[in-house]
Amino acid sequence: MDAFLHQVLAGLATGGIYASLALALVMIYQATHLVNFAQGEMAMFTTYLAWSLLNAGLPYWLAFFLTVLLGFVLGVLIERVVIRPVENAPVLAVVVVFIALLVILNSVTGWIYTYTIKPFPSPFPKEPLFGKYMSSHEAGAIGVTLVVLLLLYAFFRFTPLGLALRAAAQNPESARLVGIRVGWMLALGWGLAAAIGAVAGMMVAPIVYLDPNMMGGVLLYAFAAALVGGIDSPMGAVIGGFLVGVLENVLGAFVIGNELKLAVALVLIIGVLVVKPSGFFGKVHVTRV
Amino acid sequence: MAFLEAAALHASYGQTQVLHGISFAMEEGTITTLLGANGAGKTTTLRALCGMVRTEGEVRFGGVRIDGRATEDIVRLGIAHAPDGRGTFVNLSTEENLRLGAYVRRDRDLVEQDLERIYGYFPRLRERREQQAGTLSGGEQQMLAVSRALMLRPKLMLLDEPSFGLAPLLVRELFAILRAINQREQVSMLLVEQNAAMALDLADHAYLIETGRVVLAGSSTELKKNDAVRRSYLGY
Repeated sequence: MDAFLHQVLAGLATGGIYASLALALVMIYQATHLVNFAQGEMAMFTTYLAWSLLNAGLPYWLAFFLTVLLGFVLGVLIERVVIRPVENAPVLAVVVVFIALLVILNSVTGWIYTYTIKPFPSPFPKEPLFGKYMSSHEAGAIGVTLVVLLLLYAFFRFTPLGLALRAAAQNPESARLVGIRVGWMLALGWGLAAAIGAVAGMMVAPIVYLDPNMMGGVLLYAFAAALVGGIDSPMGAVIGGFLVGVLENVLGAFVIGNELKLAVALVLIIGVLVVKPSGFFGKVHVTRV
Repeated sequence: MAFLEAAALHASYGQTQVLHGISFAMEEGTITTLLGANGAGKTTTLRALCGMVRTEGEVRFGGVRIDGRATEDIVRLGIAHAPDGRGTFVNLSTEENLRLGAYVRRDRDLVEQDLERIYGYFPRLRERREQQAGTLSGGEQQMLAVSRALMLRPKLMLLDEPSFGLAPLLVRELFAILRAINQREQVSMLLVEQNAAMALDLADHAYLIETGRVVLAGSSTELKKNDAVRRSYLGY
């Protein structure tokens, strides 16, 4: 029972990270109706930036917030420079751009920092927080995830800018007609998604270690999370993230073993697409005429 | 100097030219209507005025050229457009839709007042304020489109078939409200309508458009008496 509880709690910790990244995916999906394959590599790249800042001697939380800010800027830049020119291009062209971004970010990081695996510090104390059930980092990661989610919720729900962002994603033409600068809203969305990714990267790096390929697996789980929840539902992505994290850990520990863990994500992705393509919280699109 | 003036407006969608040099003008505080059959270019004219289609020719608002400007900037001049198809933000609540109409305004207190004023005009929208706008009936969404445009406190409203999909009784009610807003708040209106009889009753001036050109212009009373208009558009 203890071992089971331990696995569930550890699953919640990684689940929170999947949830964050899934949320980033959903945000970009809502605006572009495409899944950003480079989301993981963007997070990885910003985590390396954090590593550089920490190595330069900055205190952890200062480096943390600077990285979030840099992530935001990176996201905005990518939208303005790379995504904007292909705005009206066919879907496959944009997908190729996403994949190119993935490869480029991965190689550039490898070129700058080498492919040697590096440890990444956790801001939380070494000793376990809740007895033997959970490490402090796991508890801390869940806490950080929840704070990020709450802040985002408040931003989208209660601020005029958040409302404008939702409006622009939903109906760009009407958004322009009320004066919203839709192009900048898209860039802002990319910035936010990249900033969330940066947080996810810094929270997962102490667990999986820093390495240019560290987000490959994480992104796959995040895909699964977003699909389980419904690719157009932020709330669904978050719940899906925690669900996938727990499932992955529990199944990995007691049923299928660690080697097949990643297969859980793939089975979930295929299963959801076959049985319930809109996910558990996604909208089945019905329009009224 | 005319309040709004379009001169030799051309517009096309890809290869298909829709506007063939439309020219018209309207005075401040008036209601002007563009009449015409399906496909005459009425909707495109409104879209051209607020920069939603690429155009050639000139558009002047208060004497200043606005053709070629971005839609977002034209809105900031005080031109609100209740578009064809209503343009509802279907996943947002009714009240969020209305608040978006005031997005460019900075006078937050007055926005709250205007919200109340609009709920006064359209009590149905107040009843549905928390409801997802996509679930409103067609008529309610039409009211929402007009109300969203009003939330800008516009100088000029572009209304694209506000009677579309409304029951006759509701059309009369809506047009009465439009007249009240025009008279009380001096909002100028450019109205596109297929319901020519209602539009001519409401408007001061009218232009008849056929295949992207103005073929007849005059006061509403003049056009109502015109034999061709009577036969083709009023049906008696």
